[in-house]
Amino acid sequence: MALIVGIDLGTTNSLVAYTAGDGPRVISGARGQAKVPSIVGLTDNGLLVGDPAKEHLVRDPSRTIYSVKRFMGKAIADVAKELHYFPYALQEKGGVIRIQVGEKTYSPPQISAMILKELKLRAEAHLGEDITKAVITVPAYFNDSQRQATKDAGLIAGLEVLRIINEPTAASLAYGLQQNTQGCVAVYDLGGGTFDISILKLKDGIFEVLATNGNTHLGGDDFDRRLVDEVIRDIDTRHGVKVEVSPELMQTVRLEAEKTKIRLSDEPQAHMAVSLPDGQGTYERTWSRDEFEALVLDLVEHTMTPCRRALSDAGLETGQIDEVVLVGGSTRMPLIRSRVQELFGKTPHCDLNPDEVVALGAAVQAGILAGENKDMLLLDVTPLSLGIETMGNVVSILIRRNTTIPTSAKEMFTTYVDGQTGVDIHVLQGERELVKDNRSLARFQLKVPPLPAAVPRVEVTFLIDANGILNVTASDIRTGESQSVQVKPSYGLTDDEVETMIRESFQFAAEDIKARQVIEARTEADAIIMATEKALQRATDLITAEEIQSIHHAIEALRVAKAHDDHRRIRAGIADMEKVTHHLAEALMDATLKEALESKKLSEVTD
Amino acid sequence: MSEHTHQPESGRTRDLPMARSMCWHCQSEMTGEYFCGRCVKVQPLSKELDYFTCLNLPRKLNLDEQALEETFYALSRSFHPDYYATKDEGEKAISLGNTALLNTAYRTLKDPVQRAEYLIRLEAGSAKDIRTSPPADLFDEILELQEDLDEFRSLSAGESDERRQELLEKLQADRRTLEARKAQMEDRLQEQFGRWDALPTEAEGDADVQTQKDAVLAGMQEILSNRTYVKNIVNDLVAATSPTAEPGRSAWH
Repeated sequence: MALIVGIDLGTTNSLVAYTAGDGPRVISGARGQAKVPSIVGLTDNGLLVGDPAKEHLVRDPSRTIYSVKRFMGKAIADVAKELHYFPYALQEKGGVIRIQVGEKTYSPPQISAMILKELKLRAEAHLGEDITKAVITVPAYFNDSQRQATKDAGLIAGLEVLRIINEPTAASLAYGLQQNTQGCVAVYDLGGGTFDISILKLKDGIFEVLATNGNTHLGGDDFDRRLVDEVIRDIDTRHGVKVEVSPELMQTVRLEAEKTKIRLSDEPQAHMAVSLPDGQGTYERTWSRDEFEALVLDLVEHTMTPCRRALSDAGLETGQIDEVVLVGGSTRMPLIRSRVQELFGKTPHCDLNPDEVVALGAAVQAGILAGENKDMLLLDVTPLSLGIETMGNVVSILIRRNTTIPTSAKEMFTTYVDGQTGVDIHVLQGERELVKDNRSLARFQLKVPPLPAAVPRVEVTFLIDANGILNVTASDIRTGESQSVQVKPSYGLTDDEVETMIRESFQFAAEDIKARQVIEARTEADAIIMATEKALQRATDLITAEEIQSIHHAIEALRVAKAHDDHRRIRAGIADMEKVTHHLAEALMDATLKEALESKKLSEVTD
Repeated sequence: MSEHTHQPESGRTRDLPMARSMCWHCQSEMTGEYFCGRCVKVQPLSKELDYFTCLNLPRKLNLDEQALEETFYALSRSFHPDYYATKDEGEKAISLGNTALLNTAYRTLKDPVQRAEYLIRLEAGSAKDIRTSPPADLFDEILELQEDLDEFRSLSAGESDERRQELLEKLQADRRTLEARKAQMEDRLQEQFGRWDALPTEAEGDADVQTQKDAVLAGMQEILSNRTYVKNIVNDLVAATSPTAEPGRSAWH
């Protein structure tokens, strides 16, 4: 039977893994790295995904989409507070965010599908067979809309999503397989954009989730932002440069902040340097780990409350937890390790690479679904209570949070007035009493035969399947007839929209490796041409007229090469450019250095 | 073909009421197992199946929790959708339905309060809801407490701090009293569990036994409705007096 791959579709990075005879393993790309940055560049030349798109980010921020997972299953109002961090324009249609790129708009599932396709291609290249089936992971605390959006992304990418599985539970499968643990395990999963805590009971191959909690809007991105905000203020104070007005500079600062954060996990100090545009010098600062930790301390504290709630829902005290497992790149931060250790009173495990463990677990689950692993079975829960709106704008709960899935609840509906032919039903998810404080999932109308009031009896079954996704069916108790229910999602794409997006996905698909290489080469050529033309403006006093002439020739030659579908020819053109501009680059560097030194001398004098 | 002759590893033979007397797939006669003996397809559980029968337990209230968990895990291995991902749509749907039923049965029986409420509904023969009612002897105190709670909520922090502090202390004392009362009720419920379990199970038509059964059930019902009432008030008190508590509802029934 066809191989099923496991995919970790992350906020910052995504991975694909599969299970071979000797266990799960991640698939690395051509450059040997397993992580694919979850970044998509929609350039004039075509589509870039992963590392090439990340390189493209600072050059063309408005057409480079990152952290799209934060928008899955969301409306604009949900992300209003962070809009200014994103260099691309957002709109909304039918309760779904649309990202504007040039003339076109893309829904988050479409962008996610581009990342999934890249992983699919990578797996196909590695395994030498067509990949059409996948297990995709989501944060355990994802609601129905966010899960459905992830499933839609799979469909658009040409993947049948056999199972949506929760990230912390996936990680527990990978750990369980390795260590054959028994007892109660807490999985603390802090990724790029989301936080989950899951408490599991492991016994004889059964992985029973007792409780889960989290925050789908808290992760490494937020830690970066704290540092970004600080750097922006600092650059303004010291250099009088407003970072916010330049999307390119904003992205440079963001990436530099991310790097600094990562370095501070291993070192007590990290040096940061951001070159400011138009000869305004370089911003430099050394950050200590203490300084950084002070900036993010409250965010780390925010993860503690969900941990306590999950423990309480599981009916356990911290002392009853046998093992603590750390998952997600953000758990490399020493502050997080020590806070988790303090809370649970146990040294947390981090033996498996926290970036890869979720994808590995997804591959283990893929093996279970394929029937190759009969020893392990995951019994997961729904993270949020599900209910319907009743009189007085109050939610009546049908399925409680932390109920083992699949699970179903039945509810009987009738009419209030004679001859009424429809009953409107509003489904919500959340823990609060009032409708307005919960997440609206969907609305639908039950069809009822025109009869006196209270005579019709329609039984509605709300079923949450093993993916944590709601399915609704209804049947007329008097006639025994079942009726199809047309559910309109509050924050999701309609079936027709998904269909259209599947068709459209073929238009913007860089299907084969060759086409992708051409796109990447062209984009790089564009960047080098742009940079060279800019440099030439300052070149007159620095290099000879002949040199300038030959650079102009090289630019023309590269433009010609770019028009052909031969990436080797474009690469050769780029190499030529680098050769002829070598002297110019050196001269510019010297000039900048001299300027910097002179301005430093000047400031020493004025001090 | 081999699949006609051997049973799947997880398919233990046990008497569970099935929805149909014939296999939905190959129409061969069923013999009380949840996999067809001929085509090995999984069979749908009967919708009328009660949770005790489903989990292979006697209709008792003190139950063997370890046996409950073991049966639940074993049946999960038989029915869970993860083991049917590559099967046909018919089997997938049955796996989903059976697992949903199994999960509800396990969740209900695992929790003593839900277990008792379920037993009462089961024995009453209809889906009779257990209403919440205040314990008669606490009626006046609860009335006063509600007034205090309303006043406390209406006072925002910063204004009339003295009165607020006074009410807070009073409400916290009330909370301790009610929590003790709730624990007391749970002890009384436990006594009723013992009385129920001591009654003979095979006594169809024995009017005397039936009278005793009804008395125990009625006693439990009263304790449960009082307990739910007290529990709701305790939740309200927790929500109002400790700001870090989970908003709204508690996880357990």
